[in-house]
Amino acid sequence: MKNNMEHTVRSYEDELALLDKKIAHMGGLAENNLGQSFEALERRDPKLAETVIRSDRAIDALQREIEELVISIIARRQPMADDLRHVMAAIRISGDLERIGDLAKNIAKRALAIAHETHPKPLISGFRHMVELALRQLKDVLDAYAERDSQRALQVWTEDAQIDAMYNSLFRELLTYMMEDPRNIGLSTHLLFGAKNIERVGDHTTNIAETVHYMVHGTLIGEDRPKIEQVSNLDTMKG
Amino acid sequence: MNMFSKDTAANAAIAGKAERISVKDLKFFYGKHLALKGINLPLYDRQVTAFIGPSGCGKSTLLRVLNRMYDLYPGQHAEGQVMFDGKNILDRDLDLNLLRSRVGMVFQKPTPFPMTIYENIAFGIRLYEKLPKSELDGRVESALKKSALWPEVKDKLNANGMSLSGGQQQRLCIARTVAIQPEVILFDEPCSALDPISTAKIEELIDELKSDFTIAIVTHNMQQAARTSQYTAFMYLGELVEFGLTPDIFTKPKDKRTQDYITGRFG
Repeated sequence: MKNNMEHTVRSYEDELALLDKKIAHMGGLAENNLGQSFEALERRDPKLAETVIRSDRAIDALQREIEELVISIIARRQPMADDLRHVMAAIRISGDLERIGDLAKNIAKRALAIAHETHPKPLISGFRHMVELALRQLKDVLDAYAERDSQRALQVWTEDAQIDAMYNSLFRELLTYMMEDPRNIGLSTHLLFGAKNIERVGDHTTNIAETVHYMVHGTLIGEDRPKIEQVSNLDTMKG
Repeated sequence: MNMFSKDTAANAAIAGKAERISVKDLKFFYGKHLALKGINLPLYDRQVTAFIGPSGCGKSTLLRVLNRMYDLYPGQHAEGQVMFDGKNILDRDLDLNLLRSRVGMVFQKPTPFPMTIYENIAFGIRLYEKLPKSELDGRVESALKKSALWPEVKDKLNANGMSLSGGQQQRLCIARTVAIQPEVILFDEPCSALDPISTAKIEELIDELKSDFTIAIVTHNMQQAARTSQYTAFMYLGELVEFGLTPDIFTKPKDKRTQDYITGRFG
């Protein structure tokens, strides 16, 4: 829930609003790059992949701007209570978004590396589901930030388990594919790293959800997130 | 690793703290006007408690009750209990001189007496005790040391107290208070007339004094409250809205009014 009461000092209010605007902008770019990096991979489009790689710089620049703004707000306004939590949340979230941008860039690089190989259909569709879910989560958590909606953040936080589960199942599929034919190993490894990147996007999204919860309530989300702790291993392939 | 630790470190400090003064259902009247509407508040032993709130909220009034300053003014009276060492400070038959020797006060504007630095401090001590010269000298020196003024004045104890700078005058007033060896010291906006360096010196001093004294400070400067105190009480319109550990009040206040005040949103 947003605090409807405005600060007596108008310019302070403007600076905090600017911070939210920059986070929204940065989040939009991160979402966009993540989506496009997968498209580049799926459509085998090196041009699009290069666009993603280039535009990551804009995300990095925004992170620096947000950091500078937060430092200046702390120095000049000495934010307290919900304002303090707000600026700390912004600086943390910008860090997570910057990492998400990097992960998208990494997927784009892999798209370049395997642009000339044919992808097995079922694998790509599993990958697509994962990306779609990660994108939806990211959008949801950014909305939760903008709306100060801790309920929505909590939901994102809980649903990360689904991304983890998808990653584990994709991992097994790719392993099977590699076992079938060693010539698949190169491509599969790239896809596996790509999937791992998406899984990590989910983790950053979860961080943002935790930050939003802290920003709204000043407390942490409950300790135990439902998570598939068991890491996929080769043993699961037996039998 | 989460940078937002679950409990503030100061939470450990809340356990086992003894209440030095307990304010219970305190009401205060300026004539017919009710200025404090039933305040309940502890002052913990050898801790700094800050009272914050907008002008007219009753924070200075509350401070003035703690050593019965209001007794000087007819038409003002208090109801309820302010327990200090098993006695109610508000009792009519209380020895006010004794109370004020145990609960000292430092005011907004430095108020040195127009006499020497030495006499500014010795004067108060003589009111309560008859000491031989050598012992009195020792008490004056120790008070000046405790208030971090000694190095600056040790060679001019016979200079007039009014000749000191504002910040030094304020520390002289603190020395005067400390010299009586009180148990509680009340600060009423002690830095509002001082520059930032003098302010920092007073804040450092308050931090040192808390190992010997229980301290209450009224301040309009929110950062000062956050810096100097372990506990903060937010007051509004004669009520105590919220009391808690200072780090909690300034990072996650429970009451919306506290939040709006400390973040500068008060309309």
